[in-house]
Amino acid sequence: MANWKPWTREELAARVAADIPEGWYVNLGIGIPTLVGNYVPPDREVVLHSENGVVGMGPAPSPDRLNPWLVNASRQHVTLVTGASYMNHADSFGLVRGGHLDLCVLGGFQVAENGDLANWSRSANDRAPAIGGAMDLAVGAKRIWVVMEHTTKTGEKRILKRCTYPLTATACVKRVYTDLAVIDVTERGFVVIDTVPGISFDELQARSDAALCSS
Amino acid sequence: MIDKFVRSVAEALAGIKDGSTILVAGFAQVGEPRALVDGLIEQGAKDLTVVHNTAGRGREGVARLIGEGRVRKIICSFARSRGSVLFEEVYARGDIELEIVPQGTLAERVRAGGAGIPAFFTPTGGGTKVAEGKETRVIGGRECVLEQAIIGDVALVEAWCADRWGNLVYRDAGRNFNPVMASAGKLTIAQTQNIAELGELTPEVIVTPGIYVDRIVHVPSGDPPVVIS
Repeated sequence: MANWKPWTREELAARVAADIPEGWYVNLGIGIPTLVGNYVPPDREVVLHSENGVVGMGPAPSPDRLNPWLVNASRQHVTLVTGASYMNHADSFGLVRGGHLDLCVLGGFQVAENGDLANWSRSANDRAPAIGGAMDLAVGAKRIWVVMEHTTKTGEKRILKRCTYPLTATACVKRVYTDLAVIDVTERGFVVIDTVPGISFDELQARSDAALCSS
Repeated sequence: MIDKFVRSVAEALAGIKDGSTILVAGFAQVGEPRALVDGLIEQGAKDLTVVHNTAGRGREGVARLIGEGRVRKIICSFARSRGSVLFEEVYARGDIELEIVPQGTLAERVRAGGAGIPAFFTPTGGGTKVAEGKETRVIGGRECVLEQAIIGDVALVEAWCADRWGNLVYRDAGRNFNPVMASAGKLTIAQTQNIAELGELTPEVIVTPGIYVDRIVHVPSGDPPVVIS
């Protein structure tokens, strides 16, 4: 048996949050990325953007303070922080596409060693395709960090030489946080900068398709 | 005297023809012109092209319009909907054409339509399926895709408050696609929760100037349903 255990979703979200410095404007995608907001320390001013036109999004409301008119891009009810503002959808995506976000944290299906990301479809013949804002965010934000499990539930690899699913954007990912490791995407390929305690480099490599480098 | 208020949803939707392109604003059921979409189902226009962020939710609104077989083509960013297979059923039968568009490209195509820009290049979608069949060009070292503007024969929007000139304000995240689509409809129809006297909405707070709006109907439908996720 392995003498290491994967990071949980919450541990992963906290690990990402720890790396976000004060003053960044950040968009959090659906899934684990959404949890990241819960782990930014309250005394660190990080401004969260939501694609539906909110800059300065706060956490989920208590049931008695819920505002039916205020949702995020994941259709969850949220709050505002002091200093927040609203904008229309074209301006909101202008902010994204214009390169104004310091960071977008996205979920992923696959990341390739050249930074290609696949996160919107597992098939070329999707019965109900759903791109949403992923392609705009992947192309527009200054940095893309991807959070995903290192392999699928059935053990298929996701850290790849080339993506096999339809692409979200090319050469956009700067860093990948998996449940086993934190990996930078660099000119020399994937560089491992952190791992769960106890896992060996060979064990991590065995779970990856592309070659990994140590930092 | 300019007075764009009409007395009923039916009056607001009068004259919409078969084959029209209809822009439907709203995001996640907030700021969605539900009374107008329901009214369009009653009104009867068919063979429509609908532009909306999704292909509808549940069995209501845009989803119902699709289910009734009235939509020839849907242009949206997100065709998947939890708990709804109406679009998927119709799409699987081959009875509806789907144009899937990145959400920012969708908003920008509509904005361009309202601003007289016929098409634009964007890096969004470069090197992906979205670029297939479209003109591309490398600009600043990035592959960019030529995207066409969208103009609606009709735009359906929901405001929080309107005056008789059609000046509109929105509530919270209810703004979303509303001001953008209001600018890109040849005939822009607003339903509004509240009415203000002309002059009550201060110039600084007006988001959509009345020049974009043709008809207004008062629909005090109240808060959108709370989303349980």
